[in-house]
Amino acid sequence: MIEISHLTKKFDSFTAVDDLSFNVAEGEVLGFLGPNGAGKSTTMKVITGFLAPTSGSVTVCGHDISTDPIAVKSLIGYLPEGAPCYPDMTVLEFLDFIADIRGIHGEEKKQQIARVVQQVELGEVCHKTIDTLSKGFKRRVGLAQAIIHNPKVLILDEPTDGLDPNQKHHVRQLIRNLARDRIVIISTHILEEVTAVCTRAIIIAAGRIVADGTPKELESRSRYNGAVSIQLTRDFDLAAALESVSEVVAVEESDEERRRYTIIPAAGKQIFSKMLDKAQGEQWPVAEFHLVEGLLEDFFRSVTQDAALSAHAQRHQQQSNSVERV
Amino acid sequence: MRNLGIIFKRELAGYFATPLAYVFIVIFLVMSGIFTFDLGAFYMRGQADLMPFFSFHPWLYLFMIPAIAMGLWADERKSGTIELLMTLPVKLSDAVLGKFLAAWVLTGLALLLTFPIWITVNYLGNPDNGVIVAAYLGSWLMAGGFLAIGSCMSAMTRNSVIAFILTVAICFVFVASGSEIVLNAFNWAPQILVDAIAALSFLTHFDSISKGVLDLRDILFFVVFIGSWLFASAIVIEIKKAN
Repeated sequence: MIEISHLTKKFDSFTAVDDLSFNVAEGEVLGFLGPNGAGKSTTMKVITGFLAPTSGSVTVCGHDISTDPIAVKSLIGYLPEGAPCYPDMTVLEFLDFIADIRGIHGEEKKQQIARVVQQVELGEVCHKTIDTLSKGFKRRVGLAQAIIHNPKVLILDEPTDGLDPNQKHHVRQLIRNLARDRIVIISTHILEEVTAVCTRAIIIAAGRIVADGTPKELESRSRYNGAVSIQLTRDFDLAAALESVSEVVAVEESDEERRRYTIIPAAGKQIFSKMLDKAQGEQWPVAEFHLVEGLLEDFFRSVTQDAALSAHAQRHQQQSNSVERV
Repeated sequence: MRNLGIIFKRELAGYFATPLAYVFIVIFLVMSGIFTFDLGAFYMRGQADLMPFFSFHPWLYLFMIPAIAMGLWADERKSGTIELLMTLPVKLSDAVLGKFLAAWVLTGLALLLTFPIWITVNYLGNPDNGVIVAAYLGSWLMAGGFLAIGSCMSAMTRNSVIAFILTVAICFVFVASGSEIVLNAFNWAPQILVDAIAALSFLTHFDSISKGVLDLRDILFFVVFIGSWLFASAIVIEIKKAN
């Protein structure tokens, strides 16, 4: 169990993380989403004990990071952003070093190293210097060191950044396998990853939580949820045909495909069957017709942009206040 | 303590995994040879001691030691491995000490490899080997002082060249403050101030040790000096690690 309460981290006057509170329970795979500079990495650095919080507290399995950092660090496996590893060591030397520090000895050390080498598929580069590895291999070495001690808590900052599609798929599978009776927190800005591996997603913007729920829930909060996508065979004024229908708030024409329209319902309304009836009754020139599920990307954009705007407005307000005071 | 050993081992192996250790040792030996025989007129003096060898050590260290120390923390910050190291269950004091000791052992090794000069002087005459041992010890302690300054300066920046220059500058202050030029410049000042400045200098303490006078105060000076700078390193790392 990770408990984060009223966590704030300031760098000089800049507030990177602003009064963040949430808990993560065992078995959860939490996706940490947010635009660049939203405070994802900073939050992870505080949880792992790299940065001290300005205020608030972080507790990992009952240990407070400020009073008992060593205990917390022993519980956590952490892949920092960019997967830094000592460049002049070979992969095996490096894993051996991490195992030593983690207090794994003798026969067990051999077994654990063999296990992680196999799990992240490092066999072919075992004796190569980390410096000479490709970006994908370096990231896998970083993953290997994070899981070598079977940590209760796994924190991965952009674990699939720089990997090719096959490797991405592999790492996601690995994360799903690792997730059983563990806590996994991953940060990413690849939204499909969240739907693929996470049981829960938190979107943060300007250091605050703007959304928290399962990926499905968040998708359903997109305005596209329940929309109808329609492909016409010839020019037809769809907007005019739907003007009188109160459940429809907008008709959007696609930029990418000719005569592709999306009919967006009013919040909470189901319009699919009504549109179907109407299309048949009014004989719209329909080539293809389907229900759109919510788009996480759309939801992400709308909440993070709102947050950015309000943060900007707030700052502006503060500035003008201080000018007035002068 | 266990982690201190692990970090020490990794760091020391790191010096030998790159050409750094070999380059350092070879240049150190060549330079100390040149200083001793050319500038120090080892043969011309006609005395069986190693004074010309040891008296140049402060100046040799002034450029050699910062070259080793500059990467101690600056490289960790530049490559981001500091985030890895500081999120492992390791105490900061273990990391600071482990790294320092690895670098110190490397300089000790370079110093030990100057043994042919000791053989030479024993072959040529009958030197006081007690004095020579004391001088070696003093020289190694002084190297530790330089290294501790370097550790702190390396923690200040992610750029190892800047760390090098800062270390040379500060080491120079601590070497030169005992030289006559500096002390004469302070002849207007009360004696107590002049003494204080001289007491902070490596030269003052190293000179007495290298003459075979193993005064506890001189040894204590280096130990406290090293401890203080390492303590400062830990504070600087704590403050600057996130930048």
